[in-house]
Amino acid sequence: MALSFQLTGIAPTDEVWSVSQLVSAAKRLVEGEFMPVWLRGEVVGCKAWSSGHWYFNLRDRSSQVRCCMWSRYAQTAGEPPKDGTEVFVLAKPGIYEAKGEFQLNVTRMLPTAAIGAAQRELERVKESLQRDGLFDHARKRPIPPLACTVAVVTSTDGAALHDIVTVVGKRWPCCRLVVLNARVQGGGAVGALVRALALVNRIPGIELCIVGRGGGGREDLAAFNSEAVCRALAAVRVPTISAVGHETDVSLTDLVADLRAPTPSAAAEMAVADRHEVLRRLDALGARLAGGLAGRTRLASERLVRTADRVRGAMEAALRRERHRADRLGAQLDALSPLRILDRGYAVPVDPDGRVLKRRAEFSPGAPFRLRVADGDVGARVEPS
Amino acid sequence: MSIAEDLNRLEEIVRKLEAEDVELDAALALFEEGVARLRAARERLGAAEVKVQTVLDEAGDLRLSDLDG
Repeated sequence: MALSFQLTGIAPTDEVWSVSQLVSAAKRLVEGEFMPVWLRGEVVGCKAWSSGHWYFNLRDRSSQVRCCMWSRYAQTAGEPPKDGTEVFVLAKPGIYEAKGEFQLNVTRMLPTAAIGAAQRELERVKESLQRDGLFDHARKRPIPPLACTVAVVTSTDGAALHDIVTVVGKRWPCCRLVVLNARVQGGGAVGALVRALALVNRIPGIELCIVGRGGGGREDLAAFNSEAVCRALAAVRVPTISAVGHETDVSLTDLVADLRAPTPSAAAEMAVADRHEVLRRLDALGARLAGGLAGRTRLASERLVRTADRVRGAMEAALRRERHRADRLGAQLDALSPLRILDRGYAVPVDPDGRVLKRRAEFSPGAPFRLRVADGDVGARVEPS
Repeated sequence: MSIAEDLNRLEEIVRKLEAEDVELDAALALFEEGVARLRAARERLGAAEVKVQTVLDEAGDLRLSDLDG
C-alpha cells in the first residue's frame, strides 16, 4: 500500500483538486488579468443560434480562439459574418467552465471594410463642413460668462447628464438646465439629435447650449460625426459647447461648436460661473459702492463748508457797506439838524408854548416870546409899533 | 433682469459714483439703485439647487416640465 503511493507520487496529505476547482481558478486568473481588448482577425464558422447568440472562431495565420457573442451584442452587429470576413472585435477573454475552454466574450464586431468606409465618409463630411466655413475661427462666439439658462442636448439615460447636473449644481445652483432628450447612439440617433438641436432655437431664454454624451466606442460616437448633426449644431442661435466622449475623442461637433470640452463635466464647468467667485465680486462692488457714496458726500460737505465761508464773507462785506452808508447818512442828518443851524448864528423865535413863530402876524405888539439860540434861549418882547 | 445685467449695471453705478462730477442727489439715487441691485443679485445667487427641466413637444406645442433626479 505504502509502496503504491510511493509509485504514484501522491501522499495522503497532498491536496487533490477537483476539475471544477481548477477550471474556476483558471477562469478567475484569466478574467482578472484581462480588460476588454480590441482584436483583429478573420471569422470562421459563424453560427447564429435562434436565441440570437453567435458562436464563431477568430483566427490569424498561426492561432485561433473560440468566441461567443450574446444576442444583445450580436443584434448591434448586423448580419452574421461570412467565413473569411476580416473584423475588429472588442472582447473580454474568459474560460467557458462547462467545457474548460478558453474563449472570448465579444461585445462589438466591426468588419474592417466598414471601418474603411466609415473613415472615408468622415473625411467627406469634414471636407464639406470645412468648405462651408463651419470650422472657421471667426464663426466662434464667446461663451456668456454668467449664463443662467442652459440647454443640454443629450440622453436623459446617460451618465453625461448626471455629470453636468452635478457640476452645475455645485458651481452655479441658480442655473436652470433645460434638457432636450435625444438618443446619442445607434439607429435614430442622428435624427433625434438634429430634432433636439432645432428645438433649442424655439425655447425662449436659452443663453447657451451643451451637446454631448459620455465616452464610448468609436461607433457609439458616430452620430456626432454626422453631417446633419454638425449642420444642426451650427444653426443653433446661442453659443454652443460640444462634449463628446472621453478626453481623447474628438468628433466633428467638437470642431463646429463654439467651444470644445474634453468631457461633459468639463463642459459644465466651462458653461457656468462659480457662485463663490461672483459673490466675491459682488462684495467688492458693494464696498466700492459704499466708498463711492462716502467720497461723494465728503466732497459735498467740503463744498458746503466752502460755500458757507463765502456766504459769511459776503454778509460781512454787505454789513460793512451798510454801516458806512449809515454813518454817511447820519452825518448828512446831522448837518440838517436845526441845532446845527443855530450854531451858525441863527435864532428861532418860539411862543411861551414852544410853537415856532414864522410870520409877522404871529408877533402881537408887546407880546413876550423866547429866542432859541445855540446854547439855550433868551426872553424877548415884541416892540409896540 | 439677469445676474449678468445686475453686475454690469452695478459696475456702471460704481464707476459713476467714483467719478467726482456727479451731483449729490444723483449720487444718492445711484447708491440706492446699487444697493437694490446687490440685493437682487445675492438673492438670485442664493438658489439652493439647480433646476432641471425637460422639454415636452406636444403636437408642436413646447412645454417645460421638471425633471426628477
